[in-house]
Amino acid sequence: MEIKQKETGQNVISDETMEYVGILAKLELSEEEKQAAKKDMERMLDYVDKLNELDTSGVEPMSHIFSVSNVFREDEVRNGDGREDALANAPERRDQAFVVPKTVDQ
Amino acid sequence: MSKKYETVIGLEVHVELATKTKIFCACSTAFGSAPNTHTCPVCTGMPGSLPVLNKKVVEYAMAVGLAANCKIHQYCKFDRKNYFYPDNPQNYQISQLYLPICYDGGIEIETEEGKKTIGIHEIHMEEDAGKLVHDDWEAVSLVDYNRSGVPLIEIVSEPDMRSAKEVIAYLDKLRMMIQYLGASDCKMQEGSMRADVNLSVREEGSQEFGTRTEMKNIGSLKAIARAIEAETARQIDLLESGGKVVQETRRWNDEEGYSYTMRSKEDAQDYRYFPEPDLVPIVISDQWVQQIKDSQPELRDEKQKRYVSEFGLPEYDAKILTSSKKLADLFEATVALCKMPKKVSNWLMGETMRLLREHEMEPEELSFAPEHLAKLIALADAGTINGTVAKEVFEKVFAKNMDPEQYVQEHGLKTVHDEGAIRETICRVIKENPQSVADYQGGKEKALGFLVGQTMKAMKGKANPGMVNQILKEML
Amino acid sequence: MKLLSLTAVELGNKIRAGEVTAEEAALEAFDAIDRTENQVHSFVTIDREGALERAREVQKKIMEGSLMGPLAGVPVAIKDNLCTKGMLTTCSSKILYNFIPTYTAQAVQNLEKAGAVIVGKTNMDEFAMGSTTETSAYGVTRNPWNLEHVPGGSSGGSCAAVAAEEVSFALGSDTGGSIRQPSSYCGVTGLKPTYGTVSRYGLIAYGSSLDQIGPIAKDVTDCAAILEVITSYDQKDSTSMKRKDTDFTHALVDDVKGMKIGIPGDYLGQGLEEEVKEAILAAAKVLKERGAMVEEFDLSLVDYAIPAYYVIAAAEASSNLERFDGVKYGYRTKEYEGLHNMYKKSRSEGFGTEVKRRIMLGSFVLSSGYYDAYYLKALRTKALIKQAFDKAFEKYDVILGPVAPTTAPKIGDSLCDPLKMYLGDIYTVSVNLAGLPGISVPCGLDAKGLPISLQLIGDCFQEKKIIQAAYAYEQTRPYQHCPMA
Repeated sequence: MEIKQKETGQNVISDETMEYVGILAKLELSEEEKQAAKKDMERMLDYVDKLNELDTSGVEPMSHIFSVSNVFREDEVRNGDGREDALANAPERRDQAFVVPKTVDQ
Repeated sequence: MSKKYETVIGLEVHVELATKTKIFCACSTAFGSAPNTHTCPVCTGMPGSLPVLNKKVVEYAMAVGLAANCKIHQYCKFDRKNYFYPDNPQNYQISQLYLPICYDGGIEIETEEGKKTIGIHEIHMEEDAGKLVHDDWEAVSLVDYNRSGVPLIEIVSEPDMRSAKEVIAYLDKLRMMIQYLGASDCKMQEGSMRADVNLSVREEGSQEFGTRTEMKNIGSLKAIARAIEAETARQIDLLESGGKVVQETRRWNDEEGYSYTMRSKEDAQDYRYFPEPDLVPIVISDQWVQQIKDSQPELRDEKQKRYVSEFGLPEYDAKILTSSKKLADLFEATVALCKMPKKVSNWLMGETMRLLREHEMEPEELSFAPEHLAKLIALADAGTINGTVAKEVFEKVFAKNMDPEQYVQEHGLKTVHDEGAIRETICRVIKENPQSVADYQGGKEKALGFLVGQTMKAMKGKANPGMVNQILKEML
Repeated sequence: MKLLSLTAVELGNKIRAGEVTAEEAALEAFDAIDRTENQVHSFVTIDREGALERAREVQKKIMEGSLMGPLAGVPVAIKDNLCTKGMLTTCSSKILYNFIPTYTAQAVQNLEKAGAVIVGKTNMDEFAMGSTTETSAYGVTRNPWNLEHVPGGSSGGSCAAVAAEEVSFALGSDTGGSIRQPSSYCGVTGLKPTYGTVSRYGLIAYGSSLDQIGPIAKDVTDCAAILEVITSYDQKDSTSMKRKDTDFTHALVDDVKGMKIGIPGDYLGQGLEEEVKEAILAAAKVLKERGAMVEEFDLSLVDYAIPAYYVIAAAEASSNLERFDGVKYGYRTKEYEGLHNMYKKSRSEGFGTEVKRRIMLGSFVLSSGYYDAYYLKALRTKALIKQAFDKAFEKYDVILGPVAPTTAPKIGDSLCDPLKMYLGDIYTVSVNLAGLPGISVPCGLDAKGLPISLQLIGDCFQEKKIIQAAYAYEQTRPYQHCPMA
């Protein structure tokens, strides 16, 4: 999977890449949607490439804004039977469980 | 086969920690409850729910890491591992990739070939997935989230193992260590300890690794051994026939004895890890590390040495007794009560092991109280019951945790020391067995044993065997 | 009596004084909703019966003296990405078309405890992704000032409901400007607190490291009072902060003498509409005349905030939205072959175009081989942006600038060019990246009669400074009701 840079320096995303990202994201776009999304993504990545102007060497990536650490919970059972709440919105349930298409080959 | 091959194995061992609650919510981790009863918005991936870390998980992970001679990342974080599967309610698993809590350790194993250290690459914390039950009649699976969010540590070894025997020794060592720490019960049959096997083969003497495959979640030590043999053979066959090993995940079918690929177009195996924004970093102070070290219980190796030095046990006894935490605990508790270490050891190594084998049980399943074993030993030691009776009583202790004193009392099993009664019985035995008497007097020592046996039998096994012997000789 | 033209605090005072009841206030809210909703469409869900019942309960408690807070009995609307137990919560998405939570967001619980009466759930851009409230699966919301224009987004329904005086106040959420920008477009006041101030528990996440819940109301006094109520340290949210200085209403002081206010010169450059610029500078002049020290300075890195923001937000969103898969709740496609087909069809049919676009982008930037180049690069840029703000706040108490480069665009104009729409967030996203508090305060109208707002940005945990500056400014300019109301 690669995004080729033409002489223009613009990002070009292949159909295979779109297919691959679709598998990761579990999205199935129609051909029309796919072409539109591809164009949008290319433009967006061109724009994001602006970040390369910045020299960030030696800068630690900042995932959390505050240096808060060690937020813990004590090991005490506080929750009771949550089954009915858990299943209340299930698209398909059987007795006590959620139902999904079979996950192993037969 | 012209070339000689070497198998290279690394393990990823998942261990469910013995916390009361899940890793990110206050739901119970109890095993075996009705489906979806131990659930809340957090462990069912409801929108808007947020994880809060169980402190005990960090402590158990550290304890295991320290016992496995690991270094601790004193600044560590959680990351999200993204993949879609119905047992994974958020479709991402909260795990650790970039800064796992423990790294760079190793444990020593012993096989017939001697001692060897297996490197531990890292130990990280993560959440377990739920359980899928497949319907037999319809093309559906049922999802139960009781196990979703149960805390796991994943212990990733270096590719240091070369045979199934080493793998089994390594797993045994890990299991015992973790049981001793109280961090998990490590029951493979209940899934609280599971292993993924990464395996490759290469020509002997080669420095480079071959392409490896991964076999996931194999259910028992025996199955692991079989899977290793089969996968080694499969890879060698491939190479010998000019093929190539493909890096992939395979599922081991133990009943059929073969593995098959789990690869599909929909499994991209690109987990898109990134730092979990909903959890803050963990900062582990030197004091905290020290505190965990200080509260570390005595582990097997130390215990084994102590049994020899403190109790004067033979090395062999010490090794067997410490092979299970349950057995060692039972030993120490019983010795504390009766102060007869060698006798306690004999009972545990002899009768107890025999009965375990007979019932196909693990030492962890022992259920009798140390008080009862101590009482039994005291009864035998004082001569209140003889050896044969003691064994009979122990079976009751073993099976039903009976109080031996009470049992002996109720069943009238006390040894008879009454010389008159013994003489009377012997008189009768001599009269009834003239041939044996003649044989003995004719020089056949063996006949004495028969007569002792007949006397004991007549007295329902309760006579003092020493006295029977002595009086019998005297009367003959 | 026009109860809904009062501020929330004024209405609360009247209710506690016994001049009106909570039920009367709720009834008037529903009258207003009946009058305007077919034009504005602020709501996804309206809960008339439930609200009236709650109003009666609250009234009883007020009379007993057990509810004394400023918001007791006051009607409120909740953005539809905040979970409300027993009440439909859709995120304006088809994928949650039938989702009824079994739990309530902590911020909403705090409001309920204070006696505010929830009348319904407001429309928004689907999953808060958008700046116009046009990406909702349940229809667009219109700007009450001019129905041909958008109300902004993503909290467009909340802001329109307040501006149209359908409710006294509302809750919104702000990931890259989603409270401040629609507040600006609708001529109301909206505050985005410091990250970690209001619990995110029960807020359906978009970008977890950026999301904050905040108040939308007519004036600064309301915002301070509401923020005081919804703020809480919450053990259910690991990123929740233990704060002591949460008596925000104590900052309602009409005094800016000696306050140091900086205007980033780079906020006044290319792309900023002239009318907006004039209004902002005029507001700055007012503060200067009132004794503040106001000067321009160079904040730097402004152009890098949007690309960094979109990478981070899209990446987090792609992961946060994985849970919507047709297994546990929400939409599941009718016909499918096997598990993965069920996932793909449910998600593709359930999510709208903009959401799918961001999920694709987010999945891509996190995928193998691109993580360092995009995601880590964005996190490093974020660190630099934070440093730039830290430096600015060494010198200034408050940063003043525009909220958005323009006033509300016409409906339909933005969606055809998403990149252009993203560029409209230029003054708001860096505040989220740096976790700062920001407030949007009305400061004028453009020639078309559409509202313009100024933005005041404070250092982390310095809500009181921006509240004080905003309050002092507001005293010079009475609240301008939307003509429709």
